[in-house]
Amino acid sequence: MSSKEKGWKEISIAGVCSKSSVGFMTGDWKTYMPVRDLEKCTTCLTCVMLCPEGAIKWRPEMGKIEFDFSFCKGCGICANECPTKAIAMKLPEE
Amino acid sequence: MTTTQEWKFTAKDIAAKPDLFLSGHRACAGCGPAGVLRLIMKATRGPTIVTEATGCMEVVSSIYPYTSWALPWLHTAFETAAANAAGIDAALKAMRRKGKAKQHIDIIALAGDGGTYDIGLQALSGAVERGHDFLFVLYDNEGYMNTGIQRSGGTPIGAATTTTPAGKVIPGKIEKKKPITEIMLAHEMEYVATATPYYWKDMLTKVRKGLEVEGPAFLHVFAPCPRGWRSEPAKTMEYAKLAVESCVFPVWEAINGKRQLSIPSKLIALAPQKKKPVKDYLAGQGRFRHLFTPQNKHVLDEIQRLTDERWQRLLQKCESSV
Ligand code: SF4
Ligand code: SF4
Repeated sequence: MSSKEKGWKEISIAGVCSKSSVGFMTGDWKTYMPVRDLEKCTTCLTCVMLCPEGAIKWRPEMGKIEFDFSFCKGCGICANECPTKAIAMKLPEE
Repeated sequence: MTTTQEWKFTAKDIAAKPDLFLSGHRACAGCGPAGVLRLIMKATRGPTIVTEATGCMEVVSSIYPYTSWALPWLHTAFETAAANAAGIDAALKAMRRKGKAKQHIDIIALAGDGGTYDIGLQALSGAVERGHDFLFVLYDNEGYMNTGIQRSGGTPIGAATTTTPAGKVIPGKIEKKKPITEIMLAHEMEYVATATPYYWKDMLTKVRKGLEVEGPAFLHVFAPCPRGWRSEPAKTMEYAKLAVESCVFPVWEAINGKRQLSIPSKLIALAPQKKKPVKDYLAGQGRFRHLFTPQNKHVLDEIQRLTDERWQRLLQKCESSV
């Protein structure tokens, strides 16, 4: 955001959302964060499928999954659904 | 349907496909509908236009100036998801006729239960009757959650909402959930199905089948809402599973009126001892908390009876249509 207000010619047409929401970080909403035990993870990708935020990424080139904490809202779905109980929800300071 | 090909969506393929419903949307933590939208957009097969009724998912994905849609997306008013889809379809046909558009473009209309069961029903019925080529996806979180948890035609009996508060006068909503899929089936559509995000592979296959139909198709997706259901956000997908296991929300599909249970529900039909009591599904949801008191036991019994009755009727319908 610039400090100077925009003139009417500079703003987009009313009703047109022009910016991608990936520029809006929702990660700071969370209280608990998912912590994964790499030993237990079988990369079944259940968590990747069921995360409503798209905050768990599958990295085929590395053969592993990665959490994107800039979007994770800390809902705990991944921890609840992981079949091997590889994810625990923890407070950031833990 | 143009092809009878069975889609084999594998977890790795789906996970590697970039999201079309993007991160940064402002749905509550643990939102079922957001999970549904992110997943169903992975089943698209090419250029697609999405139109959406007013509702939670419209609001959270289009807060000015941000959009969570990586494809063309249109919102006009609450009742117009299907009317928009009809207009887009008519425009695309005209453009093709004039040689301005060459390739096929899929149209997905999205609406919540408010925008389908209640406010959007006549537009939907009309667009289906006129045979427009689109897939209508209903994400059913069983109430008007975005405006403050009011009852809708999709709210089940016994659920407490702000307009059906449980107390001395009523034990939550008194009326039953409207059988919307039966209403859509009665339109003699080529493809009608129900799904839940927990069984994501089944859901994605159904989205793809619905897109392949040349004409209208309808998909009813069960989408738990932690805010409105007063349930734990972490349990969202668990409820999407328990609803199937208790037969509160069986999954099936009907191709040209021929109805068939999908695998998760078929397994229960084959082994009825696996069917869970509805209280396993209701317990833990704050909107049903009042049902677990002695004076409301009759409501709990009534929900079990209704669920069993609908399940038996569904089994008969599946049998008689083979
Ligand atoms: S659900 Fe669990 S085992 Fe599967 S990929 Fe995620 S963390 Fe790993
Ligand atoms: S806690 Fe919720 S938002 Fe965060 S990664 Fe797990 S499922 Fe996604």
